[in-house]
Amino acid sequence: MSQAATTAGSVPATSVASTEQYNYAIVKRFAIAAVLWGVFGMAAGVWIASQLAFPFLNFDIAQITFGRFRPVHTTAVIFGFGGNALFATSYYVVQRTCQTRLYGDSLASFTFYGWNLALILGVITYTMGITQGREYAEFNWQIDIIILVVWVAYFWIYLQTLLRRNQPHIYVANWFFMSFILATALLHIFNNLEVPVGIFHTDSYPLFSGVQDAMRQWWYGHNAVGFFLTAAFLGMMYYFVPKQAGRPIYSYKLSIIHFWALVFLYMWVGAHHLHWTALPDWVSTLAATFSILLLLPSWGGMINGIMTLSGAWDKLRTDPIMLFLITALSFYGMSTFEGPMMSLKSVNALSHYTDWTVGHVHSGALGWVAMITFGSLYHLIPRLWGVNLYSLKLVYVHFFLATIGIVLYITAMWVAGIGQGLMLRAFDQYGNLAYTFTESVVFLHRPYVVRAIGGGFFLAGMLIMAWNIAMTVRMGIKSEAREREEARAAEARTA
Amino acid sequence: MKHESVETNAGLLIILTLAVISVGGLVEIVPLFYIDDTIEEVDGVRPYTPLEQRGRDIFVREGCYTCHSQMVRPFRDEMLRYGHYSLAAESMYDHPFQWGSKRTGPDLARVGGKYSNEWHVQHLIDPRSLLPESIMPGYPWLATTPLDYSDIAARMRALKRVGVPYSITEEEYESNVEKFGEQHARMFDINNAEEMLIEQAQEENFDGDSSFISEMDALVAYLQVLGTMVDFSEYDDGHFAEFR
Repeated sequence: MSQAATTAGSVPATSVASTEQYNYAIVKRFAIAAVLWGVFGMAAGVWIASQLAFPFLNFDIAQITFGRFRPVHTTAVIFGFGGNALFATSYYVVQRTCQTRLYGDSLASFTFYGWNLALILGVITYTMGITQGREYAEFNWQIDIIILVVWVAYFWIYLQTLLRRNQPHIYVANWFFMSFILATALLHIFNNLEVPVGIFHTDSYPLFSGVQDAMRQWWYGHNAVGFFLTAAFLGMMYYFVPKQAGRPIYSYKLSIIHFWALVFLYMWVGAHHLHWTALPDWVSTLAATFSILLLLPSWGGMINGIMTLSGAWDKLRTDPIMLFLITALSFYGMSTFEGPMMSLKSVNALSHYTDWTVGHVHSGALGWVAMITFGSLYHLIPRLWGVNLYSLKLVYVHFFLATIGIVLYITAMWVAGIGQGLMLRAFDQYGNLAYTFTESVVFLHRPYVVRAIGGGFFLAGMLIMAWNIAMTVRMGIKSEAREREEARAAEARTA
Repeated sequence: MKHESVETNAGLLIILTLAVISVGGLVEIVPLFYIDDTIEEVDGVRPYTPLEQRGRDIFVREGCYTCHSQMVRPFRDEMLRYGHYSLAAESMYDHPFQWGSKRTGPDLARVGGKYSNEWHVQHLIDPRSLLPESIMPGYPWLATTPLDYSDIAARMRALKRVGVPYSITEEEYESNVEKFGEQHARMFDINNAEEMLIEQAQEENFDGDSSFISEMDALVAYLQVLGTMVDFSEYDDGHFAEFR
């Protein structure tokens, strides 16, 4: 343990002095916002999971019914927790790897306030029933415009910082962040082409209908996963895993190959959300084919990350932050295997529309996205404030709570999804349907209770993290004040 | 070209990335607008009446799509449970599409006409009074909230702009009469949108309360038309298979 304290939580002396050289203030704000949105978004998730297990929890109150609150959960965790964490880490990584200060202090501040304002407005309007009815793009058209402006500013800051780099090479993490910024812009613009009912009206109607609208939405929906929740978090991985391991990335060549393969292939696979629907067969076959191919670059990334630890595996025994990062990569490998499997039409016929999909999303979202974020924030936050983590022991507690939570969650969803899928396609000896839909709902009750408990574990871990971070920041603020005090005293003496 | 030239040039990195991420979408989405077979030729599919459209807006507002799909797949169990598989044509006036992604409740693509209006009203107010095992939330406020239809003409104008054939000019009206029959064409006339909405709500009185037009009236009107527009008895078995 004593070794862990020195390797995992220790801070290089330069980080305190470098606050002038780098814009850490903006990274701090986004990092704290990520933790707060994480607590809120995961609590919302446990809430709606409980509603499915115990429907009286809807209380006949419009604003908190499942249908209105589900987008609150998805928005808060994807764009609130994930989005703020990505802003924080990308702004940190681009400065460190380019060895230059982030471009545009006030523009960077604008991205912080603009992004979080859009999210808060989104959450409020969803509970009021203002929505576009497009999954993960429920923001109404006025909020879409705010997001677009923020995103253009984000792109500009990132580009200008890259151009001002004091390093000849653009580090691989920045390729992933840049592809995420570009792809998200493309997806956001095209999926939100709508005609407003009026300039002061909150509602709008999408430009396309039916089959074309469905294709557009799932091209967006799956690439929100592919770029927002994967490429960008791989950018995070490519900086924080080598840093925390104290070793260079395993294979530079592999990172080149899997980067280009990943960004090319992801854009083809969205239609696997529309197997067996009224979408033409040729599109869904193409999507399934590319989904299988996608396994290769996905595992390329996983291997590159995990193998970075080769020769330093002992760190897993002593460093809980490393545990988070490596477990995240393991879940990444698992869910990027499960995904292509579910995109096979025969598997999809059973799994689609069931909780298996929900479980798959969460093995990616909790196992990969949240775990890599936790690890990165535990690495990052002490360095930003120039102190050690308040408690490494609590990081262990968080790790085990989170892991137990995920395992409960995804096994419950496998049981629910495969079970319901099999029930709905079962026939009796006379060729009639063996079960009514309602009977399958009754079957779902117990897995739903277990899922809510799993979510509760995960949320408990998140709360412990928030406490740990709060205490760390408090220590940081105190030590900064002390330093200022000492500096002033020294100045007074010399004067 | 060595990869180093990409790693040392931000502009090149951006241009190449944009090029690479554009291919998939272009190949899979653009042809859907140009291949005629994408949407089948079929009789009966029509735009929603003003009242049905407001019901659809409420369906979207309450997030019904988070638990109910509107897409019957071509499997035997789904045919027995829900009816004929869904055609692309059946959602050609759906802005936005509501195919959904999860069935926590059953598919609704063909729910129209399966239950009485009274059943729907009671079920929406208190689902567990009819189905004790249901986990659906209750929506009692729909029955007590008056439907806001002051903006119905503006809504239909926006929908017209995205391609729904609601009519403004005499010419457009005549063309609708030809395509959908006079009874429906009247409903699709934006100039009389409000009167038409009121007329349908009063004539059919979906929620059983004729004292005012509630959100329940609109939502039930929408649910009752879902999947009923195409008369499948007019087509041979397997007729639509060629479009798959």
